[in-house]
Amino acid sequence: MHSYLVLRVVAKLLMPFILLFALYVQFHGDFGPGGGFQAGVIFAAGFILYALIFGLQKAGRVLPRGILRFGIALGVLIFAGVGVYNLLIGGKYLDYSVMAQNPVHGQHLGILLVELGVGVTVASVMIMVFFTFARHRDTKGSD
Amino acid sequence: MAAAIFVILDAVDVAFTEAAVGAGISTVLGLGTIALTTSEEKKPTRLKLFPLLVVFITGGVLIYGTLDLAKYGDPNAPAHKHVAPTYLKEAPEKTGIPNVVTSVLASYRGYDTLGEVTVIFTAGVGVILLLGNWRFIGRRREDKDA
Repeated sequence: MHSYLVLRVVAKLLMPFILLFALYVQFHGDFGPGGGFQAGVIFAAGFILYALIFGLQKAGRVLPRGILRFGIALGVLIFAGVGVYNLLIGGKYLDYSVMAQNPVHGQHLGILLVELGVGVTVASVMIMVFFTFARHRDTKGSD
Repeated sequence: MAAAIFVILDAVDVAFTEAAVGAGISTVLGLGTIALTTSEEKKPTRLKLFPLLVVFITGGVLIYGTLDLAKYGDPNAPAHKHVAPTYLKEAPEKTGIPNVVTSVLASYRGYDTLGEVTVIFTAGVGVILLLGNWRFIGRRREDKDA
C-alpha cells in the first residue's frame, strides 16, 4: 500500500471533487438529473475509493462505524419524520404542500428534505456494506 | 454500457444511477464477495425438494401476474393514457420543480420512495447483522465486566 504514489496523489486530488459533485447532485436534483439515490452512491464511491487506496483503518477514522449506523437510521427518520411533521401541522402524510406559505414552496422544501434523507441513508448503507465486507475478510484472514 | 442504453432511452436519472452503482460500487462489492467466499461450491448433502417447489410456485404466480400487465410499449396502456400526461402537465406547476423525475419520485410517489429507502435500510441492517463483527462487541463487554 505504500508504493502506489500515483494512485495516492490522484485519489487525494479527486476526493474533494467527488464529494463536491455528490453534494451538487444531491441539492441540484430538482433542476437536473440526480437526486438522493445518485448523490448517496457517488458520496459512498468517494469514500470507498479512499478506503481502497489508504486502507480501512484510515477510512474508519474519518467515518467511524457509530456515525455510519447513526446515518443509516437518520436518513429513514428524516424521510418518515417529514411525513409525520406534515400530519402534525394539518396535512396528509408526505403531502408537503402545507409546509410553507404556498404549496409550491412547501413541495420544494419537502422534496429537498426527503431527498436529503434518501441520500444520507444510501451513502451510509453503501459505505457500511463495503466496510463490513472488507473488515470481515481482514478478521477472517487473521484467525 | 447499460448507462449508455438508458441515456439513449432518455432516462438520464437512471443512467446516472447505473453509472455510479453498476460501474463503481457493484464491481467493488462483487470483488469483495469473491474474496470472502471460497472457490468451490459445497456439496449438497441431499436433494431438497421443498425449496425447489416453493421457487417454482412463486415463479409461476409471478409469471401469471404479468399476464394482466399491458403490452410492453403499448401506447394505449392505462399509464400512458392518464397518469403520465397528468404528471408531465401538472408536476412543474404544482411542485415548482423542473425535473419531473424528482417531483414524481419524491412527491407523487412519496410512499414508494419511502419504501425503497426502508428496503435499503433493511439491507444495511441485514449486512451488519450477518457480517458485522459481533465477537468484537462481546469481547468488549467482557472487558467491562472484568
